[in-house]
Amino acid sequence: MEKIKARLIQDYLNQFVDRPVYIHLETTNGAYATHHNREAYNVGAFIRNAQVTFSQAKISGDEKSYRVGLKTGNGWVYAEGLRDYQIDQHKRLLLAGHDDQGRLLVTLELSLQPFTN
Amino acid sequence: MKKDEHVVVIFPHPDDEAFGAAGTIARFRKQGVPVTYLCGTLGEMGRNMGNPTFATRETLPEIRQQELMNACRSLDINLEQLGYRDKTLEFEDQDRLATHLFRYLEKIKPTLVITHYPGYAVHPDHDAFGAAAIEAVNRFEPNQRPEVWALAIKKDKEKDLGEADLQFDITDTFEDKLAAIVAHKSQASGILGGLNQGPASLDQIVKDKLSHEAFYQWSFNEV
Ligand SMILES: [Zn+2]
Repeated sequence: MEKIKARLIQDYLNQFVDRPVYIHLETTNGAYATHHNREAYNVGAFIRNAQVTFSQAKISGDEKSYRVGLKTGNGWVYAEGLRDYQIDQHKRLLLAGHDDQGRLLVTLELSLQPFTN
Repeated sequence: MKKDEHVVVIFPHPDDEAFGAAGTIARFRKQGVPVTYLCGTLGEMGRNMGNPTFATRETLPEIRQQELMNACRSLDINLEQLGYRDKTLEFEDQDRLATHLFRYLEKIKPTLVITHYPGYAVHPDHDAFGAAAIEAVNRFEPNQRPEVWALAIKKDKEKDLGEADLQFDITDTFEDKLAAIVAHKSQASGILGGLNQGPASLDQIVKDKLSHEAFYQWSFNEV
């Protein structure tokens, strides 16, 4: 992945507006958070292959932590802590944030085709 | 080697076999005992993407599948990939999971099954798959039933379970274990880094933390 370039991501997000889009949205602190640190506890959520249509899409923030908000017909999709991006060979937009050891903290992915599995 | 001996290892994630049981697996292979790994998922939801990142959520499964195949080749064991998704095993129908595993066991007729100790294996996938594996073994007639060695990971496991029944110093197969761990290179440095308390080298960490494997012998109570 590469560091997010906000202009480029904004342009790419705009291409998804008003089209049915499959999303993968996830945040996690790992399955072993409690195991490694008794004070911590495991937190995570993911949704995969939810189909949404949004009328507005915006990226804001800065390289420390970008946020993306997608305004849907009757709600929102939101992610915070995004730093890295990739547009893969299936033209999917992958956005993610990782800690200093490369562990995934958050990811928001958009695709016109369903994700595998 | 007893006649028709065959070991089946049942864990949900690529790398569980390497960290938890590779030394023991290698010992069986040195004795000529066939070993089959029933691996539940491809670790699709793993978190280690590298720094700089070498993987994304979408490319990780393929990378881990390749690593899994490399690890199994290095340990010289058979691999069956069961096709579930990481983190979801506890939400699958437990009876169907057990039936799925039983179909493999019926065919292989193992003498020993190695799996996670349900409730003491930290990751919900470990607990769920371990429970399904034990349920599958329980479906054999008592005189046909393979032994089960259960791997517990939870920190204070001895408080509830006592000392593990089977304790192996795996120094003699340590190199095989290290090779299996290193085959899972996308995960190895991240996980070993998590164990790391100081600046010790990867080799040293592995030697200190992983030179020994222990299992609980599962007892099936006949009513
Ligand atoms: Zn695992």
